[in-house]
Amino acid sequence: MDFTLNEEQTMIVDMVRKFVQQEIIPLEKDLDPDADEVDHDTYDKLVEKTKAMGLYGLDTPPEYGGPDISMVTRTLIAIECSQHRAGLYVPCYNAFGGARQAQLFEATDAQKEKYLYPMLKGEKKVFFGLSEPSGGSDPARAIQTKAVRDGNDHWVLNGTKLWISGADRADYGLVFARTGGEGRSGVTAFIVETDWPGFNVTRVVHTLRSAKYATEIHIENLRVPHENILGEEGGGFAIANDRLARQRVPYAAECLGVAIRAHEMAVEYSKIRETFGATLSSRQGIQWMLVENEIDLRSARLLVLDAAAKCDRGLPFRTESAIAKLVCAENGFRVVDRSMQIHGGLGVAKDLPLERWFREMRIRRIGEGPSEVQKHVIARDIIGASLR
Amino acid sequence: MSIRLDKPWIEFSKQTIERVTAHLGVYQLANAGKEIIYIGVAGARSRFGLRGELQKWLELDDIATSFFRLEVTMAYKTRHAELLQIFLHDFKRLPLANKNLNVTAMGRLNVG
Repeated sequence: MDFTLNEEQTMIVDMVRKFVQQEIIPLEKDLDPDADEVDHDTYDKLVEKTKAMGLYGLDTPPEYGGPDISMVTRTLIAIECSQHRAGLYVPCYNAFGGARQAQLFEATDAQKEKYLYPMLKGEKKVFFGLSEPSGGSDPARAIQTKAVRDGNDHWVLNGTKLWISGADRADYGLVFARTGGEGRSGVTAFIVETDWPGFNVTRVVHTLRSAKYATEIHIENLRVPHENILGEEGGGFAIANDRLARQRVPYAAECLGVAIRAHEMAVEYSKIRETFGATLSSRQGIQWMLVENEIDLRSARLLVLDAAAKCDRGLPFRTESAIAKLVCAENGFRVVDRSMQIHGGLGVAKDLPLERWFREMRIRRIGEGPSEVQKHVIARDIIGASLR
Repeated sequence: MSIRLDKPWIEFSKQTIERVTAHLGVYQLANAGKEIIYIGVAGARSRFGLRGELQKWLELDDIATSFFRLEVTMAYKTRHAELLQIFLHDFKRLPLANKNLNVTAMGRLNVG
């Protein structure tokens, strides 16, 4: 594996790194340590700059106006974008276009007009309603929200969704509901508008990620037009799943980016902090922690770029993306934890970003599929086939 | 667990505020009729947390505050957003002194 950056990638990485250091980090000096957004004027100015770089809409396919970049380049950008206080969950405060519901690219032409394009223009906000109180890791079996056909033109949905980000602010979103029997083929994706009767965001769910909340949605006799089925009836799981492997790669890279920055801070601090007459960096106990950080980071970097490269070559990369997600989240968490330990009391204070990264990295070991589920995916592929 | 802030109201005075913790959290101000007139937050940039924020209002005292109540929480940002949304749900508007917030940009909760 040779992951030497080509000329274009070197230029992009350099550009994004400067953007983070010169435009984003200075902003955070005045923001609340848990801030997850900047004011509109500031956001607009940041977006102007990412558009000038040709990098706005990172997760939008080129045919819809996004930049024509490879997954490896996208991964390198994710590593850079996350290297600031809010970077894990709101890299660069979404100045590169923010999260999109990629599943809407599977929409019909009429659905694209009504739902996809307004989302891409930033005029409408969208949510993704998959997880339920019965579980989020195995949605094919856990989904209990039911959709029952009512005549030819409508479906009636009933159920509860949990851990749904942005549903309270969204204009519409995707709700996955059971239209058939158990398992994957019984799940259908519906595009649901949030002001339709029967759609209720009932509470905010507070977590370690205190910058941003999830919500709980109660769906009660919600009538959805048949034309709002996304994809095929019974094809909802495939729609949800197809994009997950792809999204998992930059998701993993963001964990790596934060961990890289935490490690750099620890190295810098160890050189200036003195205890008992010598710098921390001269202590073997600290040196070994830094070495362990370095090894964790390098192995995570190789694995996430390996997943991205396989994706770019059109090879199967589901196992690789699961490995990347697992290793980046687990190694990243350990790196942040060690870096925090090296900083002592300062590490747990809100003066530094380490405490926020620590809380948010803990969530990353669960979000987008817990480490144990990634292992399950990897084991299934190992046992079901060979490692080659 | 109630999602509303249902702690008892405390008289809004210099003496009571001096006894308030400097932790981070959220608070509500009310008029003499115990109607909420402001929902505030003591974030990590607040110098003395909840006490510091309430002392600022004591110095301003331009909204006829008679009572306050508070909740210590590290999830001050999300809790603040939640309390504002509950108020919006109940009264179809924001508290009178929350002047600089954009209602249309806020989330909508249906808390029942």
